[in-house]
Amino acid sequence: MTQAHRRLAFSATGVLFAILGLGALLVPFMTIAANRIVEGDGMRIWNIATPSATLPGLAAVVAGLLLGLPDNMTRARLAGAVMGLAGLVWLLVQGAPALLEGAGAYARVSPATGFWCLLGVFLLLAADALAGMAPGPVMRAELLATAVGVLAAVLWSGALSDLSIMQEYASRRDAFLAATWQHLGLAFGSLAAAAALGFPLGILCHHQIKLRSMTMPVLSFLQTIPSLAMFGLMIPVLAWVGATFPGAQALGIAGIGFAPAFLALVLYALLPVVGNTVAGLAAAPQAARDAALGMGMTPRQRLWRVELPLGLPIILTGLRIVLVQNIGLAVIAGLIGGGGYGTFVFQGLNQTATDLILLGTLPTVALALTAAIFMNIFVDLTRTSTDARND
Amino acid sequence: MRAANALRLTVLVLLVALVMRPKWFEVAFAPLAPVGGPVMYERTSLLSLSLNHLYLVIAASGAATLVAVALAILVTRPFGVAFRPLARSIANMGQTFPPVAVLALAVPSLGFGSGPTLVALFLYGLLPILENAITGLTNLPPAAMEAARGIGMSRWQSLTRVEIPLALPVILTGIRLSVVIALGTATIGSTVAARTLGEVIIAGLLTNNTAFVLQGGLIVGLFAVLIYDAMVQIEARLLHGARI
Repeated sequence: MTQAHRRLAFSATGVLFAILGLGALLVPFMTIAANRIVEGDGMRIWNIATPSATLPGLAAVVAGLLLGLPDNMTRARLAGAVMGLAGLVWLLVQGAPALLEGAGAYARVSPATGFWCLLGVFLLLAADALAGMAPGPVMRAELLATAVGVLAAVLWSGALSDLSIMQEYASRRDAFLAATWQHLGLAFGSLAAAAALGFPLGILCHHQIKLRSMTMPVLSFLQTIPSLAMFGLMIPVLAWVGATFPGAQALGIAGIGFAPAFLALVLYALLPVVGNTVAGLAAAPQAARDAALGMGMTPRQRLWRVELPLGLPIILTGLRIVLVQNIGLAVIAGLIGGGGYGTFVFQGLNQTATDLILLGTLPTVALALTAAIFMNIFVDLTRTSTDARND
Repeated sequence: MRAANALRLTVLVLLVALVMRPKWFEVAFAPLAPVGGPVMYERTSLLSLSLNHLYLVIAASGAATLVAVALAILVTRPFGVAFRPLARSIANMGQTFPPVAVLALAVPSLGFGSGPTLVALFLYGLLPILENAITGLTNLPPAAMEAARGIGMSRWQSLTRVEIPLALPVILTGIRLSVVIALGTATIGSTVAARTLGEVIIAGLLTNNTAFVLQGGLIVGLFAVLIYDAMVQIEARLLHGARI
């Protein structure tokens, strides 16, 4: 009885996803607009192209939702998510040219509410199935690499080039590339600078309680200052530096642009770096410390051979927080001429061009998610290796 | 402690003066303003901007707290356990979405103004509270749970008298995180035409008036620091009271 019951059991989350997913089929899947500014007309999933073109995609979406239903079959649920995502891409590839046909030279097609809801449902289904499989760091790295590779291949192939967001991209390919480098430079550069500053500071704070009790509150207050205010406050400071110190302007230090954005990001990054360095160094178990003392290690040896290796996962978690946070905050740089994806976001908001906003936000979100997953894998890898060393 | 209180009072007085009597600071800010241009932002009353800013944060964080704590309670009950990994993943992965992206993405569907800002603040504010509340409600000392069951408490009594009070510190930390993020995101909200203090900074950026930027930045920064500090104090009081 229980055996049979288990075989037929539905996953509660799967039922939720199926209900949400089937509901999302009823709202417009794509929109077609006369140009890039005006609001488009919503098209239901079965109206975007001929039935023979939409049917395979629709079938894949429904099958994906149904595969998400059974409990205890995590692989099937993951396969369902993949199938559903493939179906969504198929529908976009079929729908975009079909809708554009005879719609005028300036017409734009975009994914609409229905698409985004289904995308969210299938991504959550994938996350839920993966949580059930509890894959190790290596397998997660493989999955991440596959996902990034497939996404890159789909975007590269040009199959989606009829979509409005891809047309926004095509008309500013060079600017997009430049923004990508600026964004990465802001996020990773500030991470490197914050690590170079925060790491020694964290080690000092670890040894001197007085310094720690003075530094940590200042850093936490810095972290609470709203990003726009922080970026703004850097402007007069750096304008003064640029005007006062000879040579500073030649280095590109001025009131607006890259420099104030970079400095603001470094200031935000200091708390997680210093805080987690202090916490990580303090995390070494007393037994390990005693052993190091007993072996006659100098304080420097204790730091490098015992406390640092044991605290590495916590220190790296701090870097993960910084990286994800700075990828997001770097968007604000677009407001003060610092470049990056924020340029597109705020241009898009000014022009009320939704797809330009998306051209700025989607890469930012993708970058932040990838960085978070990558750093999680990295932290887990160091954790398992320190665990192995402990055994 | 006395020095800290004196500092708090100074910051508070400075903030009130900046909001109520911007004229007093004209001399100090004048070198930063463009020649012949306005020094202090006086297009709208700073008080009404401040109040609207605070209203957005309080409304969004209040609603987010109610919904997030309710959700956390649901997924930590026996009937909701199936949804707990999902809630965890949403809270974890959702927080990697930059707040400004959530705000920008709310505009196409909700239009400009305070509406999308409120929704973005609410949605984003849910996540840290949800994460902390789930953590707090699942990491309870087994001895306390055992004792609650042992003295014959019903599930409801155990929840309201044991579990929530014990999880409160972690939940409060989540609420503080959420409020800090909401204050910052509300500031950016002025780029989508929400009436918040960010307006002063944006006006300064658009007209190359560093005096406006500094004025707005100072007011928003002081607000954030004072609110953060107040919440830390309230947490300490509550926990101290609970322990006695």
